Amino acid sequence: MIQIQCPNCGPRDETEFHYGGQAHVAYPENPDALSDEEWARYLFYRENTKGQYAERWSHSGGCRKWFNAIRDTVTYRISAVYPAGAPRPDIASTQAETNNAAAGGTK
Amino acid sequence: MAELTLVESNATSDLSALRRSPAAHLAELFEGASVEGERGVGLREIPFQTMVGLRVTQASDAAQRLEKVLGTLLPDAHGRVTAESGRSVLWLGPDEFLVVTDEDHSQLTRALTEALQADHGSVVDLSANRTTFELIGPSAREVLEKGCPLDLHPRVFKEGTAVNTNIGHVPVILWKTAPESYRIYPRSSFADYLGRWLADAMGEFAALDQFAVLETP
Ligand SMILES: [Zn+2]
Repeated sequence: MIQIQCPNCGPRDETEFHYGGQAHVAYPENPDALSDEEWARYLFYRENTKGQYAERWSHSGGCRKWFNAIRDTVTYRISAVYPAGAPRPDIASTQAETNNAAAGGTK
Repeated sequence: MAELTLVESNATSDLSALRRSPAAHLAELFEGASVEGERGVGLREIPFQTMVGLRVTQASDAAQRLEKVLGTLLPDAHGRVTAESGRSVLWLGPDEFLVVTDEDHSQLTRALTEALQADHGSVVDLSANRTTFELIGPSAREVLEKGCPLDLHPRVFKEGTAVNTNIGHVPVILWKTAPESYRIYPRSSFADYLGRWLADAMGEFAALDQFAVLETP
């Protein structure tokens, strides 16, 4: 079980949260103008990052608010939590984490 | 419209006599499960509390008008509860609050609705949404710890704190009202399950009590 730091409630168990997928996927400005392929790309295509990944979470079992988190998809370490709508903070993957991954530290 | 109001007021007086609380059928079970003594724990339902849900932006004009009606400020952070003359306001989210009181639910809801005016927000009478369980005694914390993911140690979970959490996988509001006293607010449809879950979790303390009696020469 991982703990997630809710910006409103503090650290809570993962089971209280709902996952919302990749963050910063902007709604198309003019959806009518998109081709089917472009629309499908907006709906279904997401990055499959190994490492630091910006994603949306909702504290559904608590304050019911959405927020963003930077989670390392290899170590599950969450390095930043920030409000929905705020720009992604610049956090580089550390060497230690990369080494951990090489040693088989996947989950 | 006048006719409708007449019917409504008659119906209200009749219904309050007929109403049944969500855990009324468990009263005997709760009484039987309650344990006296050093490792005691007691459980009862406090039925028909008035609960009014508020959605409003903190520190806005509307919030200030609501605070005036409530006679207290809205709590400003996670876990906080503000209170004034039998009226408590629980923090549920940055813009969501629950007023809990014994006073008449329709009057309070009306007064708050009027105070909100046409501003962004909501005032909803949620009195039938949840019921209230009171769990008290030296073993109350141990009972909760069997099914609550929060750290309930008094160092962390202090008296006067109210939070959204789970007990026995049931979403509840948990409010620590005194060092050995908790109020638990499950939604009405979960009251039966959670009531039985709590009574079951209390079982071991009754057993220990009997054991102690047996051991005494
Ligand atoms: Zn939260």
